[in-house]
Amino acid sequence: MKNRLSKQTKNNLITYGIVVAAFILVQIMLSMGKMSSLMQGLLVPLCTYVILAVSLNLTVGILGELSLGHAGFMCVGAFASALFSKCTQASIPNSGFRFFLAILVGAAAAAVFGILIGIPVLRLKGDYLAIVTLAFGEIIKNLVNVIYLGRDSSGFHFSMKDTMSLNMEPDGEILIKGAQGITGTPNDSSFVIGIVLVLITIFIITNLINSRTGRAVMAIRDNRIAAESLGINITQYKLLAFSVSASLAGVAGVLYAHNLSTLTALPKNFGYNMSIMILVFVVLGGIGSIRGSVIAAVILTLLPELLRGLNDYRMLIYAVVLIVMMLFNWSPKARALREAIAGKFRRQKKSQEEV
Amino acid sequence: MALLEVKNLGISFGGLRAVNNFNIEIEKGQLYGLIGPNGAGKTTVFNLLTGVYKPDEGSVFLDGENITGKNNIEINKAGIARTFQNIRLFKDMSVRDNVKAGLHNQYHYSTIEGILRLPRYFKVEKEMNEKAMELLKVFSLEEEAELLAANLPYGKQRKLEIARALATNPKLLLLDEPAAGMNPNETKELMDTISFVRKHFDMTILLIEHDMKLVSGICEELTVLNFGEVLAEGKTSEVLNNKAVITAYLGE
Repeated sequence: MKNRLSKQTKNNLITYGIVVAAFILVQIMLSMGKMSSLMQGLLVPLCTYVILAVSLNLTVGILGELSLGHAGFMCVGAFASALFSKCTQASIPNSGFRFFLAILVGAAAAAVFGILIGIPVLRLKGDYLAIVTLAFGEIIKNLVNVIYLGRDSSGFHFSMKDTMSLNMEPDGEILIKGAQGITGTPNDSSFVIGIVLVLITIFIITNLINSRTGRAVMAIRDNRIAAESLGINITQYKLLAFSVSASLAGVAGVLYAHNLSTLTALPKNFGYNMSIMILVFVVLGGIGSIRGSVIAAVILTLLPELLRGLNDYRMLIYAVVLIVMMLFNWSPKARALREAIAGKFRRQKKSQEEV
Repeated sequence: MALLEVKNLGISFGGLRAVNNFNIEIEKGQLYGLIGPNGAGKTTVFNLLTGVYKPDEGSVFLDGENITGKNNIEINKAGIARTFQNIRLFKDMSVRDNVKAGLHNQYHYSTIEGILRLPRYFKVEKEMNEKAMELLKVFSLEEEAELLAANLPYGKQRKLEIARALATNPKLLLLDEPAAGMNPNETKELMDTISFVRKHFDMTILLIEHDMKLVSGICEELTVLNFGEVLAEGKTSEVLNNKAVITAYLGE
């Protein structure tokens, strides 16, 4: 029994270790000046993608439901927190504390949307659920594109038409300008904060999985009828897992929003392309495997940039890597090979110990 | 007073009267059999008792508590646990975690305590592990505790399902064709297991079965269903010699 606990803990520690090692590596490269500005610009988005992939794994791998609206929750977190930061920029000068509050605001807003959307959506299963979440993701993105919000001495003004219909006093400040989004968000994100958030996300998800709650969620995934017969409340746990997943996507959105000075909801960043890309990270990393999600997100984000020099062959290599990763993770023969290699290492280690 | 008292239970699906005027009384500690030809409504009765379906009429009392029309979560809490005809284990979870999922409502700590790994998490998890291993030992499954449930041999999957149902600490255990798909040796072993469970946990058991050998071997009383109606009930030996029952099973 003790053995198993330590095995689980060891597994988690390896995941944390990989993240910390990557962080140290980046810091060394930064201090030696070996990192191009392009790569430096990728560091925070990288953390964003890792958080998104790990959080989506809770829905896809543990709850067992295919969600294609993850970018929508990221969008909610991004806009809620950017709005919060913009409004409080003057009243809370301490950027660290303000960003901390912004994270809470973003996570809470995304969680609320997760619950609101989860209540109707989680009645569906499989493909239907995927389609409806896809639609909700798009709805969120498009709604954000038509919101106009301004503030003047008499308070907030809201419109869904244009800036004129806000009827603001001349000294008023426009906070959200429809499709032009939010400009002037303070640049509070940094790679260090990103890594801390990644670690917190992994901590929350792995601990959730290995707890009473996680077991209930997995029981529902494996057999809903049996789970119900054991007195497990299906709706409650499905909703819980879905909204935790959404709220962590919101955190990723906060990180994303505070890395840019202008935040707009484009198909590229909050559309279904993004949702599918996150799903690709999860599927290629291995459904249900947190460490796999982390590694897949990093490799698949960095690869197109690293291969920039090869220009014409870039997407070709990307495709080949996708296929190889898929085979490596999922084909039975590759699995057997992997286990054989792992077994060999173990035996070597053992014989070394005996010597 | 009987542990389970069912009066006048009935349900229709569209125009089909699946169960009609079903009555049963099970005393505490009894091992009661429910038999009948295919499509007689046996599993429907189980689904009515466990709250999967809501009865159109009639009443169900468990230990004096009215549980008619309650949902399956409330009924499980009231003290009825079941197994399934086609095994429904949590396949991608370990054997131990299957039982721990059964312990879900017996041991509590909040989600937050689980995520932050507060002291209560460790304390309760330890208790759960001990309890789960204790149950697995009863079914001699402790060696397989770390295996995935899907990797267990068939007979042991059946046992695990019973162990998981017992983990919810029920007053009444419903077994839906526990011997389905088993060879004679496995059936014999299962009969021993059921008798043992009954003694060890002082459990009341209601059992659906096709295997007449198993039924006549361990059940004291039987109810025979045919086309949703009770055909006969009483002592096992008497019921099995009842002319109507033989006709229902073997034809004229």
